Amino acid sequence: MELSLEQKRRYNRHLILDGFGKEGQLRLLQSKVLIVGAGGLGSPVALYLAASGVGTIGLVDGDMVSMTNLQRQVIHATKDVGRMKVDSAEESIRELNPDVTVVKHPVYLSEDNAADLIRQYDFVIDGSDNFATKYLVNDACVMLGKACSIGGISRYSGQLMTLVPGSACYRCLFPEPPAVKDVETCATVGVLGCIAGMLGTVQATECIKYLAGVGTLLTDTLLTFDALTMQWNRFDASRDEHCALCGQQPTITQLKEYAFQPCSKKRN
Amino acid sequence: MKILINDKETDTSVSTLAALAEELNLPAKGVAVAVGGKMVPRTEWTDAALHEGDKVIIINAACGG
Repeated sequence: MELSLEQKRRYNRHLILDGFGKEGQLRLLQSKVLIVGAGGLGSPVALYLAASGVGTIGLVDGDMVSMTNLQRQVIHATKDVGRMKVDSAEESIRELNPDVTVVKHPVYLSEDNAADLIRQYDFVIDGSDNFATKYLVNDACVMLGKACSIGGISRYSGQLMTLVPGSACYRCLFPEPPAVKDVETCATVGVLGCIAGMLGTVQATECIKYLAGVGTLLTDTLLTFDALTMQWNRFDASRDEHCALCGQQPTITQLKEYAFQPCSKKRN
Repeated sequence: MKILINDKETDTSVSTLAALAEELNLPAKGVAVAVGGKMVPRTEWTDAALHEGDKVIIINAACGG
């Protein structure tokens, strides 16, 4: 594969970047990334992956753009309220970089479609807004041996981790989601909009590093961020041998019972 | 003994992470704990001894996106 003249200009700052260069750029152009949730985290991830020239971006989201999304979901604009998020996001990506093939999956990730969708991609970004989907992404990626980044934001803070086959998984840190009464969503407790950008761009960076084969990933690590103190913290993690998914004697061996209910069905 | 919990100095009489979790009424699910910058898997909380000056960070799983 050769770069066109236009691509040589578009990706020039990557091409001249020590350690990245043409080889890294070609890897991005030939890669396929699945973004689960075209929302707060998914927006910056999709925009930066598109700008950087990831060849195929899959978008999974069954939701429509609402006015309350626009405070942080920067891939959508006011005119997009009421449209499917995957349609709105596709348009923004196309305007940014026509090199990118967008594959729209206008559905919610579920135990029935997760494996088939994820199998087609090289890297998965979880930018979902609920625990059911985060655990589903984690479990499916571990079972399929896919690399992924799982992120979460709430109030003034966020957290994320990168998984590759063999590294600690989300369940090694959080074996089960919180009890329903303890769950805080962006819709119930709010979130500082720009946090989505701070965490989402880290997810995009992890993805690009993985695809291009540069640097060290946030594997076996939980990265947390607190906007009020502007503190980033890294915590070392290791695979839990008792983990129900990736431990010595796993009890979770198939994808079932994630019980996700889309936000829009719960409240406005 | 004095330990730091989420950067706040705290007096405690307990000696393990499991006992601290009970003292603090931490939920049974959705919470992770790091001691000295290392995540301690929940299955190891009973055996995880706490020492004077330990830095304990309690992290709630965040689901927003």
